[in-house]
Amino acid sequence: MPVITYRKALNDALAEELARDENVFIIGEEVAQYNGAYKVTEGLWQRFGDKRVLDTPITEAAFVGLSIGASMLGLRPVVELMFWSFAFVAYDQIVNNAGCIRYMSGGQIHLPLVIRGPANGGTNVGATHSHTPESILANNPGVKVACPATAYDAKGLMKTAIRDDDPVFVMENTLLYGETWEVPEEEYLIPLGVADVKREGADLSLIAHGRATVTSLKAAEILAHEHNIRAEVVDLRSIRPLDEETILRSVRKTHRAVLVDENKPFGAVSAQIAAIIQEKAFDDLDAPVLRVCTLDAPAIYSPPLEKIQLPTPERIVEKVLSIA
Amino acid sequence: METTLEAAPFVEAEVNRTLTAAEKIHFLSQMLRIRRFEQAALRQYQTSGQIGGFLHLYSGQEAVAVGTLSLRGENDHVVAGYRTHGQALAMGMTMNECMAELFGRATGCSKGKGGSMHFFAPDKNYWGGHGIVAGQTPLGLGLAFALKYKGIKGCCLCYLGDGAVNQGVYQASLNLASLWSLPVVYIIENNQYSMGTSEERSSAFRGCLAARAEAYDMAWDRCSGENIYEVRAKTWPALQRAREESRPTVLEIATYRYYGHSVADANAKKYRRPEEIEKYRTLHDPIQLWQKQLYAEGILTEAQAAELDAAAAAEVAESVRFARESPLPAPADIFSDVYVEVDRQTPAGRTGKFFFND
Repeated sequence: MPVITYRKALNDALAEELARDENVFIIGEEVAQYNGAYKVTEGLWQRFGDKRVLDTPITEAAFVGLSIGASMLGLRPVVELMFWSFAFVAYDQIVNNAGCIRYMSGGQIHLPLVIRGPANGGTNVGATHSHTPESILANNPGVKVACPATAYDAKGLMKTAIRDDDPVFVMENTLLYGETWEVPEEEYLIPLGVADVKREGADLSLIAHGRATVTSLKAAEILAHEHNIRAEVVDLRSIRPLDEETILRSVRKTHRAVLVDENKPFGAVSAQIAAIIQEKAFDDLDAPVLRVCTLDAPAIYSPPLEKIQLPTPERIVEKVLSIA
Repeated sequence: METTLEAAPFVEAEVNRTLTAAEKIHFLSQMLRIRRFEQAALRQYQTSGQIGGFLHLYSGQEAVAVGTLSLRGENDHVVAGYRTHGQALAMGMTMNECMAELFGRATGCSKGKGGSMHFFAPDKNYWGGHGIVAGQTPLGLGLAFALKYKGIKGCCLCYLGDGAVNQGVYQASLNLASLWSLPVVYIIENNQYSMGTSEERSSAFRGCLAARAEAYDMAWDRCSGENIYEVRAKTWPALQRAREESRPTVLEIATYRYYGHSVADANAKKYRRPEEIEKYRTLHDPIQLWQKQLYAEGILTEAQAAELDAAAAAEVAESVRFARESPLPAPADIFSDVYVEVDRQTPAGRTGKFFFND
């Protein structure tokens, strides 16, 4: 099976969907002639031309709003935010228009729109460029949120997102763009709302999404080799809709859960998961549900310190050892 | 007091010369329907206890919605702000569905999920009804973009108030509209007050608000909104510029609202002098002026005008009855119309957990 980067997997997904459906178009800052600030859209403008791949001025509120309006008439925009951190410039459009128009119209309108881009810390770009807004966006009924952790998931989820008739926000990770995984050549889709058990284990569940899944897998290795603890790693993949069944099945099997999350702790995705577990699997638990989140301060610039502000394998191991 | 319309230069405009008497009378009927609807909505808001939230009334501005929208074609699309009952009715929405929406009923245009600011009728090319000031301005851009993308000759009429022109997203939309040559017409309904703050206290401008379009190398115009002939004469070139040349326009239409910003405007009578309101009602009322115009043209009698008004009053009375007698949405309806895939129960809509209730 070919081994490709997370970036290439996304690029292939976009190219395949552009070729499949002429209503799909790519819009964003530097996505066309510049080939994408992170090269996710590389080559697409050359292949599909000005109509299908559009460079915008730096004007997030306008091009996100434009895309929502265009989706009302049946186009399927794929909007790149150079960073999801820039979503706040377009927050009214994203939350009030993408999130609420269907509801406020009594279901007369649907918005087949994708907004995508990286949403992560860890690249020493300071607090303004390091937000992880999946928790606050998934807080809005009406929108869907996916956070792929691997190239395989990135491609399958992106293609699904583009074909979905609701607004889907795909949150990528600049630290994963250059990482490689096996990705089949034949076409496949990954549904939203289906988690993936990335490593089986019997002693404890590590539940994560996005890059925190990769960090959890590293921690699971350490736990297996150095502490003889068999950790299961559940990758949520999709935040909303959420695969609650897989979460509960894992916890009922292992009786212990540590939630790993690059969100800040307050109102994080992991806070919602913790609430679900205590509500629905309390009697299955042999220990409190614990979390490893990004340390609760704006993202620090200092490169060595930012590394430890995000969840690390070491912090996960330490947290696991406190209950296992 | 003299209230004859100074319409002469605009009567001769092509779009007006070709109007039939029936069409002119229809405009009057539409304006009367809007006026009567708003009066009834206000009365019901104050007395029935069944209308909640905000209620932004359109009374005084009728000629703007009726005049501009009388020129729309089948491929033209419309999006507006929160003071939108005028556009909704002028677009052909029924009083019943609009009044029922105010009453929060399942028979409302948005099934009781939108309210006064959020009327929608996409089947009539009417895309709302948007509550956040200027939030609709890039949506209008997107409707225009989609028309151009699909190669359809049409345009988008995007309405906003004078209070919306200082929102960044509107300025950003003007930039893209001109940069990408999109067929959108921004219609500023300038009623002189952004809530309780006058135009002079809100906006820095030279000449008029629409003239800011100059900075974006974009056409603009302004006109009085008390006179349907003038509104139509000034709107038509903007629509044609969009449809035929795919170029945007900002059209500023001077108008006035008789009521406060909303019914909940506690200071409605403080930031404007009573004489100012009275002056508009007496000298500039678009309905009275249009009636007098039609009398002068010999195509309408006072008795006919009274009949039209009575018909509008009867229609609105029926809409109030309809709204009162309509069922409320069921509690389970809270969870429909959130996700289309869930509503349709597609495989995507049946996979995973969408709602996180206790």
